[in-house]
Amino acid sequence: MISIEFNGIVSQVDKKSTVLDLLVFSKVQSRFCAVELNLEIVPKDEYATRLLCDGDKVEVVTLVGGG
Amino acid sequence: MTNEPPVPALADLPPPESKLLRVGSHSLNSRLIVGTGKYDSLQLMKESLEASGSDCVTVAVRREKLYDREGKNLLDYIDLAKYTLLPNTAGCYNAIDAVRVARLGREILKSLENPGADWVKLEVLGDSKTLLPDPIATLEACKMLVAEGFQVLCYTSDDPIMAVRLKAAGAASVMPAGSPIGSGQGILNPNNLRIILEYLKAGDPDYPVIVDAGVGTASDVSMAFELGADGVLLNTAIAHARYPVAMATAMKHATISGRLAYQAGRIPRRLYATASSPEDGSITSRPW
Repeated sequence: MISIEFNGIVSQVDKKSTVLDLLVFSKVQSRFCAVELNLEIVPKDEYATRLLCDGDKVEVVTLVGGG
Repeated sequence: MTNEPPVPALADLPPPESKLLRVGSHSLNSRLIVGTGKYDSLQLMKESLEASGSDCVTVAVRREKLYDREGKNLLDYIDLAKYTLLPNTAGCYNAIDAVRVARLGREILKSLENPGADWVKLEVLGDSKTLLPDPIATLEACKMLVAEGFQVLCYTSDDPIMAVRLKAAGAASVMPAGSPIGSGQGILNPNNLRIILEYLKAGDPDYPVIVDAGVGTASDVSMAFELGADGVLLNTAIAHARYPVAMATAMKHATISGRLAYQAGRIPRRLYATASSPEDGSITSRPW
């Protein structure tokens, strides 16, 4: 297992987990989301190949009501 | 036959193009832009948006809730074929964060194939009590976003000098606040707004100025348009009205009437009265 910070919460994930694995595990609707890995946006077509590393900071954001 | 003056028809007054609000590469059918926040329910929001007649709505970028998620997303209640989304950078207190949030918003809108992917409502705040913009950080973020190809709609105070600086930095629209966000105080300083409109439209009459924030009720919207604003952006005035759908309807009419009144050309203010009925042919006596 490796340790990542996922939306501000320290979480354990399997070694060799990808961004897509994380989204599927979290049941996130990826169509409505954007993913930032260590302050850089991950393009959607790289979700399945981008591996997570120990200490990574991942932010998954969506749109909410706002003015 | 006497020579009757021509009757100006309603259709003569607003040229068809001026019915549209043009901001950068975007053309909107309604001059009213509405927010999607603070509604008691997403269904109420959806019905209020419809009643407002708007075709552009603002949205915020936030962390996906990983726990306690109800399974409902805002986007399940917004017809993406009907509305252009305008992502904001609300809640940012420095330029770096604002750019980061703007990029994330663009990323989501790109995947939704919504035309709003190339623009952003820039908001860089200075303090959480007043929610007034930090002018220095706003200018800095505006420059950075313009350099990245964003069309920036820039929330600012009603300071005319700042408005000029933001336009010069490449903002697609400058959006002065009528009064603090969510305060419902309306347009506190119409003279500043007049000066902003004069300065930003000098030699560039189509440059869009949108009054953003502070609207409390329909007359505030009409007033903004009567002053010559090209658009109004509001959220709380509808979302927190006792009957949001009714208030949204009122805002739609206020937009139409305020804009039309501006185009029709108001009479000048005079100190003394001018009689509407003719003096000529009067059968009554005068006290003087």
